[in-house]
Amino acid sequence: MDILTAFTNKREKETNQNMPERNGEGMKQLRKQKRVIPGFGLTLGITVSMLGVIVLIPLLSLIIYTAKLSWREFLEVVTAKRVLYAFWVSVSTSFLASLINAVMGLILAWVLVKYEFPGKKIMDGMIELPFALPTAVAGIALTHLTTKDGWIGGLFDRFGIPIAYTKAGIVFALVFVGIPFVVRSVQPVLEKLDVSYEEAGEMIGAGPVYTFFKIIFPEIRPALIGGFTMAFARCLGEYGSVVFIAGNAPYDTEIAPLLIMSKLQEFDYTSATAIALVMLVTAFVILLVNSMIQYKAAKKVV
Amino acid sequence: MRENKDHVTTKNLTEQNPAGRKNKIVKYILIGICVLFLFVMLVLPLCYIVSIAFGSGIRTYLTAITDKYTLKAMKLTITATLWALGVNMFFGLSAAWCLTRFDFRGKKVISTLIDLPLTISPVIAGLVFLLTYGRQSVLYPLLNELGISVIFAVPGVVLATIFVTFPYISREIIPVLNTIGTDEEEAAALMGMNGFTIFRKITFPHIRWAFLFGVVLCTARAMGEFGAVSVLSGHLRGLTNTLPLHVEVLYQGYDFTGAFAVSSLLVIMAVVILILRNILEKK
Repeated sequence: MDILTAFTNKREKETNQNMPERNGEGMKQLRKQKRVIPGFGLTLGITVSMLGVIVLIPLLSLIIYTAKLSWREFLEVVTAKRVLYAFWVSVSTSFLASLINAVMGLILAWVLVKYEFPGKKIMDGMIELPFALPTAVAGIALTHLTTKDGWIGGLFDRFGIPIAYTKAGIVFALVFVGIPFVVRSVQPVLEKLDVSYEEAGEMIGAGPVYTFFKIIFPEIRPALIGGFTMAFARCLGEYGSVVFIAGNAPYDTEIAPLLIMSKLQEFDYTSATAIALVMLVTAFVILLVNSMIQYKAAKKVV
Repeated sequence: MRENKDHVTTKNLTEQNPAGRKNKIVKYILIGICVLFLFVMLVLPLCYIVSIAFGSGIRTYLTAITDKYTLKAMKLTITATLWALGVNMFFGLSAAWCLTRFDFRGKKVISTLIDLPLTISPVIAGLVFLLTYGRQSVLYPLLNELGISVIFAVPGVVLATIFVTFPYISREIIPVLNTIGTDEEEAAALMGMNGFTIFRKITFPHIRWAFLFGVVLCTARAMGEFGAVSVLSGHLRGLTNTLPLHVEVLYQGYDFTGAFAVSSLLVIMAVVILILRNILEKK
């Protein structure tokens, strides 16, 4: 088995080395050669038809429905005061929550990689809880915790700070949702980072703060930004965990997904689609910017 | 890696100078911040659910979770999850095979489209299906004639669940298949093995754990999906309510004990999934 893997690895390296030399003709030949493995037609057929039914047809219907909207209608819906305010609440709370997660995620990743302490494995395993726990369950639990009678809300109420049914509540719920993103993207990079970096920093007499910001931070910055944008995109569309804690008052704590939901309940599909489109485009732009940043960072390393 | 870590700890131990002590203080402060943060954000909510669920005694708890509507919601959640698992296992395996074993034009487009449901807000996912199968859709007259209702009915719930979990299994398998390469399979194919035998005997043993990992993630999302299902279900009690939707209905009816009791079932599911995930991640 070992010999086989070694052989495979070697061959892989050889293929990779030969790759750039191949011209178009060679590529075509390579493609034909690869078809030695059976099942191309079958699996491609299954993949494309299922993708069509589950993803493409629904998306097409969104496009068709949008095409029916006139520009004026679209702009009228999207620039309504209530809608603009909902966008603002969504973007600002998501941004703040992702920022908190970026800082906490960085600290968590650091602690999980650099230190040894009892309970570390449990801490590490817990990080994904927000993915495993249904959002509605998280939503009602966080809401109840932060109302005046709740364990956390009661504490803050003494200082006259309400959490549930305010923007602070929305941020609280979104922080919960976004915890795993930054930790899980920074952690592997920190693990790979050689200790010699820090030692080199120490040797030239740099303090730990200087070493961190000047030597370590630039290395993990792309991963940190990646985690941040993923969390941000996720928070923008989050519904289940926010709907209970937000209070959903228009012009105050109504977020965009909630507004779509209430438009749908009034069977106002036109407005719902228009708002959804703006959100979709925003999400794509965020992810695009992120992939550009990642691409640039990857290029710099090479 | 291990050596590096040991190196750091021994260095910290031997270092008795003020800088070392300072590092140790920083270490404990940082660990303290993390423990506090995770305790408040993750542990407290779970404890809270359990404490409210059992707050009015175990008998009330049992009545709440054996309620007629709870059981019906559970049945629908399990149905939708099984559908999503079945469809996505089948799709995930064939998509992974197709995308990693062959080179063809449009491959990138396909893999982007597969990942699309991940970036779409659940509410928008629901909306998209509403536009496809709802009253104003071109498909509606056809479906009506056939007597199929998708929106505000079980098929809608199932479709929404399949959509949001669509990429989960293929995403886990594809990187593994890419790293193992195609040599073994090519050799087998040249020796005349047929496709299914190659898959069963050669490919599947490699991707077994990644596949299971994907299945676990898919189950978690399918059972917990709320936004997309909420748009499509119409909240018909006993008919199209899944467990998370049932939690919402109970909560909005101020039946907090009931809502948290039903939630506790989902918490158990989440904890089991988290444990499975950690076991599988190591494999």
